[in-house]
Amino acid sequence: MDRNLPKLTTSTSFSWLWKMAWRDSRRSRQRLFLFMSAIVLGIAALVAINSFSDNLSQSIDGQARELLGADLTLSASKPVATKVLNAVGSERSTEIAFASMVLFPRTQGVRLAQVKGIEGGFPYYGDWEMQPASAVSAFRQRAQKGLPVALVDDALLVQFGAKPGDSVRVGSLTFLVVGRVLKTPGQSAVATTVAPTVFIPASLLPKTSLLQKGSRVAYRYQFKMAAGTNVEQLVKRMGSQLDKQGINYDTVAERKKQTGRAFEDLGEFLNLVAFVALLLGCVGVASAVHLYVKEKISSVAVLRCLGASGRQAFLIYLIQTSLMGLMGAVLGAFLGSLVQIVLPDVFGSFLPVTVETSLSWSAIAQGVGTGLLVAVLFALLPLLTIRTVSPLRTLRSSYEDDTSGRDPYRWAVYGLITLFVLGFAYLQTSSWKTALSFTGGLLVAFGVLTGMGQLLMWAVRRFFPVSWSFVWRQSLASLYRPNNQTLILIISIGLGAFLITTLYLTQDLLLGRVAFSASGNQPNMVLFDIQNEQKAGVDQLVKEHNLPVVQSVPVVTMRLAEINGQTIEAIRKDTSIKIPEWALTREYRVTYRDSLISSEKLMLGKAPFQQDGTPHISIEKDYLARLKLKLGDTLLFNVQGAMIPTIVGGTREVDWNRVQTNFLVVFPTGVLEQAPQFHVLMTRVPDTQQSAAFQRDLVMKFPNVSAIDLGLILKTVDEILEKVAFVIRFMALFSIITGLLVLGSSVVISRYQRIQESVLLRTLGASRRQILRITAIEYLLLGVLAALSGIVLSLFGTWGLAYFIFKAPFAPNFVPLLAIIGIVTLLTMIIGLLNSREVVVRPPLEVLRAES
Amino acid sequence: MSSILRVENLTKTYQSGGRTLTVLHSVSFDLQAGDTFSIVGPSGSGKTTLLGLCAGLDRASSGSVFLNGVQLDTLTEDQRAAVRNQYVGFIFQNFQLLPTLTALENVMVPLELRGERGAEKAAKDLLERVGLGQRGHHYPTQLSGGEQQRVSLARAFANRPKILFADEPTGNLDTDTSATVVDLIFELNREAGTTLVLVTHDLELAARTQRVIRIKGGQVVSDTNSVGSFQ
Repeated sequence: MDRNLPKLTTSTSFSWLWKMAWRDSRRSRQRLFLFMSAIVLGIAALVAINSFSDNLSQSIDGQARELLGADLTLSASKPVATKVLNAVGSERSTEIAFASMVLFPRTQGVRLAQVKGIEGGFPYYGDWEMQPASAVSAFRQRAQKGLPVALVDDALLVQFGAKPGDSVRVGSLTFLVVGRVLKTPGQSAVATTVAPTVFIPASLLPKTSLLQKGSRVAYRYQFKMAAGTNVEQLVKRMGSQLDKQGINYDTVAERKKQTGRAFEDLGEFLNLVAFVALLLGCVGVASAVHLYVKEKISSVAVLRCLGASGRQAFLIYLIQTSLMGLMGAVLGAFLGSLVQIVLPDVFGSFLPVTVETSLSWSAIAQGVGTGLLVAVLFALLPLLTIRTVSPLRTLRSSYEDDTSGRDPYRWAVYGLITLFVLGFAYLQTSSWKTALSFTGGLLVAFGVLTGMGQLLMWAVRRFFPVSWSFVWRQSLASLYRPNNQTLILIISIGLGAFLITTLYLTQDLLLGRVAFSASGNQPNMVLFDIQNEQKAGVDQLVKEHNLPVVQSVPVVTMRLAEINGQTIEAIRKDTSIKIPEWALTREYRVTYRDSLISSEKLMLGKAPFQQDGTPHISIEKDYLARLKLKLGDTLLFNVQGAMIPTIVGGTREVDWNRVQTNFLVVFPTGVLEQAPQFHVLMTRVPDTQQSAAFQRDLVMKFPNVSAIDLGLILKTVDEILEKVAFVIRFMALFSIITGLLVLGSSVVISRYQRIQESVLLRTLGASRRQILRITAIEYLLLGVLAALSGIVLSLFGTWGLAYFIFKAPFAPNFVPLLAIIGIVTLLTMIIGLLNSREVVVRPPLEVLRAES
Repeated sequence: MSSILRVENLTKTYQSGGRTLTVLHSVSFDLQAGDTFSIVGPSGSGKTTLLGLCAGLDRASSGSVFLNGVQLDTLTEDQRAAVRNQYVGFIFQNFQLLPTLTALENVMVPLELRGERGAEKAAKDLLERVGLGQRGHHYPTQLSGGEQQRVSLARAFANRPKILFADEPTGNLDTDTSATVVDLIFELNREAGTTLVLVTHDLELAARTQRVIRIKGGQVVSDTNSVGSFQ
C-alpha cells in the first residue's frame, strides 16, 4: 500500500530555502539586525586589537634598526677592553649609565635619575625627538669642546618645572640643559617614566666624582657596521669570547623579537577581553533569537502543514540568522578597522616604535569568521526548537510541543560552544592551563549568574507577597511570568558588572599592595652606594635631620664562577641542566651577617656561619630551587677578582613585601669585610618637605650617594598602572557598551510581548503612573540583583587573584562598589522605562493598531 | 471508486493532571475519492482532533489512518509532511497565511516545496480564479478576512491535492463573505475532483456535503448521507 508514499521533500532546492529566508525576513529585518548588533562591538574590539597587532609587527619589522639605533650593542658592568671593541667594529658610540641624584638648582628639586655619559654618533638609525630640534647637534658641538652640557628627559624637567636653559647638577659638576628629550630611539614613554635620564658628555664623567669603586655602572657600546656585514654571524663567532668576559650583546633581530614578544602578551590578554565582549554579545543574540523564534512558531507550523520538513524550516531561519550574523560581523570588522586608528594613541606610551595603521585583511577575516561562527553557535540553541514544531499548532494555537525529551543536538551545541571558547583561548595564549582557566572561569560566571536568576524566579514565586499592593505584585510577577527577561538580563548585566568590578578591584589591589609597603613605621627612603669612608658621615647627616637609621647593611657585588666544581660556561653548554641563564650570569649583590633578620625565616640548615675557614652561606629558598641546589653543595664566587669557595649551609624564606634590604645570598661575617663594598641605609622621612630638604643636603655633601624615595616609586607605579588601566578600561568599554546593547535590544524585543499586556492594563483603567511604577520596580529589581551577582562574583575572583597570584591582603573598598550597583541599576531602569514610554503617552487602541 | 481516506478504530487520549482524557473513541469511516464530507458536533466534541489525525498533523493513540493508501501512523513527522505536500490541501478558520509573504508568494509555497517549475504562473492563475488577480503583491495584513480566506483557498488547491481539509472555513467571516467563500470552495472542489473534508458548526454548510458524521464526546453518534436525518 505504501507505494504511494511520496519521497521526502529534502530535495527541494537550496535556492528556495534562501528565497524563503529572504521573504520571511522582509517584515523583521530591522529587528533581526538589532539581534546581531550585540556582536558588533565584540568583533570590532577583536578586529581592532588584531589589526593593531599586525600593524605593530609590521612597524617593528620596518623600524627594526631604529629600535636598537645601531647594528649591534655590547653591554657590560665594567669597561670593555678596546681590543675587543676594535675586533667588533670601529664606528661606535659609548654610553656609561648609572643611577645618581640630580639637582635642579633653580627650583632646588632633587631626585634619583639615570645618568648617561654619551659619546659618538648614536643613534645611527632613527632619531631623537628633541626640543629644540637642534639640541642634539648643539650638545655634540659643545661636548667636543669639553663644555658641561646636558640633555634631560621631559618627565624630569616637568617634575621640577625646569626647562632648557636651566642648569642641572650631577655629582660635583653643574651642566647647562640644552635640550628636552621627548623620545629616545627604541625606548617607550613608560620606560622613561620609570627611569628618567640626564644625558651628559661621557668625557666629563670623571669630573662628576660619581664613578667610584663599587659603583654600579653599565657600559654600553653601540656599533654601526659596514653595509652587508652579517651581524648574527659575527656575534656567533665572538659569542663565547664575549660570554667569558661577561659581555652581553643585542642585535637588531634579537631586539625585534623581544619587542614583538612584549606586546604579544598584552595583545593576547586584550584579545581575551575583547572575546568576553563578543561572548556577552552572543548571549544577547541567543536570547533575542529565542524571542524571535517564539514569534515565528506559528509560521513554522503553517510551513510544516504545507509539507516543509523540520530540517527545511530550521534551515530557513538558520540562513536568516547567519546572514544577520555575517552582517553584524562585517559591520564589526569595519568599526574595528576604524577603532584601530586610535589605538596607537591608546597604547602610545608603551610602544618603542611609531605604528602606521593600515587595513589588516587577516585580522578582518579572522574577526568576521570568529563572529559569524560564535553568533551562529549561540543562535543554534533557540533555533533547534524549530525542528520539532508541530503542524498541529495551525489548528490549536495553545498547543505546546513536547519538550520533555532531552535533545542531543542541544548538548552537542553546548559542547561546541565550550570547545570553541577553549580553542580560541588556547590560540590566544598558547597555554592549555590558561585556556582551561579562562573557559572554566567563564562557565562558572555564566553558571552562577544563571543560578542567581533561577533562584530569584523561584524565590519570588515561592514567597510571593500576596498582601502587597497591585503595583508591587505586578512587578514581581513579571519576573517569573512567561516571556520574562530575568535570566537574560541577569546574565548580561551581571557579566558586565563582573568585568567592570574585577578590573577596578585588581587595579586597587595592585596599588594597595604598593601603598601597604609604604605604610606604618616601615622605612620609606633607601640610601645606597654609600662608600666605606662615607658611612659615618651619612649616618651623621641622617641624625642631623632627626631621621632614624632603620637599617644599615654592607653590600658586596660578585659573580658565580662554579657550582659543585663545574664552571658556569660548562653548565651553560650542558643542555640537560635546566638552570636559567640569567641566574648564572647575573651580578650578585650580597651582604654578610651571622643571623637572620625579622623579614627572614630559617627553612633548612643554619644561619650563615664559618667552619674550618670555609663560609657556609644562606640562600633564599625559591632561588635555591631555581639553581637546583641543596644543602652541602659548593659554590665558587668571583668577588671582583678574588675567588671565594663557599658551601650552602642553610636556606631562608624571605618576605619580599617588607621594605627591607633583602638578599638572595647572605655570607657570614669575617669573609667579605675587606672586599670593595658599599653600604645601604634605610630611614623613614615623615613628609615630602623633609624628604626634599634631606635629599638636597645629601646630594651636596655626598654626590655619589643615591636616595630612593618610596613616595616617588609609589607615584611612578601609580602612573604606570593608570596607563595600563586606561588600556584595559578602553577594552572593557566594549564589553560594557555591548552589555548595554544587549540590555537595550532584549528590552526592545520583549516590548512586542509586553506592550499588549500594558495596553490591556491601560484599557482596564491602570494609570500612567501605575504602568511606569510597575516597569520601574521590575527593572530596579533586575538591575540590583544583576549588579550584586556580578560584584559578588568579582569579589571572589579578585580575592583569588590576591590570595594565589599577588599574595597580598585583600581589603576592597566597598563605597565604589555601591556606586557601581547604583549606576548599573539606574541604567537598567532608564532603558526599561524609555521602552514603555510609548504605552503611556499614546491611547491604547492606537498602540495596538500600530503594533499589529 | 477507490478509498482516499480510511479511518480504523481511531482513539486519541491525553494525559492531564494525572488523568487520562479520551478525546476520540474508536472512530471508523471510509471516504471515496471525490466525496464531500463534513464532521459536525458541539465544541469540545473532538471534531478538530479528528481532522488533525486524518490530515496527518498528529498521531493517534491507537487505530490507523490510511490516506491515499499510505498508513500515516507508521510515518515520521517529516514523512507525513511529504504526504501532506503531495496529497493534502488545508483551509483554516483563521486563514493561517504566512504574514511575511505576499498573497502570491503564499500560494506559491506548496508548489515550490515540491520543486515544481512555473510556480508563479500557476499561483497567478489560481489567484485570478479566486478573484484576486490584482492583489497578488499585497501582504495578508493588507487584505480583508474574505480576501485572506480566498488566498488560503488558492493555496490549498495549488498543489492539486487529492483531499482538502477545511477547519471551520467560515468561522471568522461575515454571512455575505461566507457565502462567497463557500461557493468558491465547492466550485473549485468540483473542478479539481478533490475529496472535501469539512469541519463545521454550521449545519447549513454541512448540508451541502454528500455525507455528514456527527460527533459527541469523542464518539460518532450518526453517519448519514443526507442532512434531513439530523432532525
